[in-house]
Amino acid sequence: MNLRRDVFQAIADPTRRAILLLVASQAMTAGAIAANFDTARPTVSKHLQILTECELLEQEQNGREIYYHLNANKMKEIAEFIEPFRKLWDDRFNKLEEIMKNYKPKK
Amino acid sequence: MELKTKVNAEDGKQELLITREFELPVELLFKAYEDPEIVEQWMNTKVLKLENKKYGAWIFETSDPKGTFTFQMSGVFHEFIPNKKITRTFQMDNSPWDAQIEYMEFESLTADTSKLTMHIVYRSVDDRDGMLKRGMGKGMSMAHDRLQEIVEKLK
Repeated sequence: MNLRRDVFQAIADPTRRAILLLVASQAMTAGAIAANFDTARPTVSKHLQILTECELLEQEQNGREIYYHLNANKMKEIAEFIEPFRKLWDDRFNKLEEIMKNYKPKK
Repeated sequence: MELKTKVNAEDGKQELLITREFELPVELLFKAYEDPEIVEQWMNTKVLKLENKKYGAWIFETSDPKGTFTFQMSGVFHEFIPNKKITRTFQMDNSPWDAQIEYMEFESLTADTSKLTMHIVYRSVDDRDGMLKRGMGKGMSMAHDRLQEIVEKLK
């Protein structure tokens, strides 16, 4: 099963943190971001994809180019500790749902 | 993807709101709060007492994964209306936080889906923020510190 990306896993990676720092000052295209790293372009693309899935980055179409910019609200939400708390309850409720879907009343 | 569980904690307020929609009839959702054996499974805790009635008490006991220490959470029900509403107090033993009050509303959406709204009110903003941080494991906390550095640069 493909679980939803965990934001804390996403920011545990040094390259991804560097990307976040880079776009914190201005929106950038994938090419411009990749130019700042020695890693191969597809690797950078993968990092961008993960950060976008976690909603830390947002894509914006500008003419023919796609610009990446930081989702400041999401960043703040996580920084204010809501995300781990939310995940804790999400995990509990997922378990509740799974248990009750298989629940057979005792006769 | 739309998040199933939402938490709304506004800046500077001593309350928070947790909402979640379930693919379960409201009766089954409520049952998961009512039946001690089921509570034990999804809350990952031991249920020492669960008196499902007005002025009834509840006590849960939870161990850390290694089982080296245990702590109790307890409170009293102020309202217990099957398939509709639970109002209860909640306090963690040996913690710096005062009791909080929890309003849980159970709503039927369709025959097979339901919604839970959990409104928690803390004594102070500090108490609320302290409880939010408690949910973090050590690894998470470290990753979080790094994130904080990035957010600082945003300001």
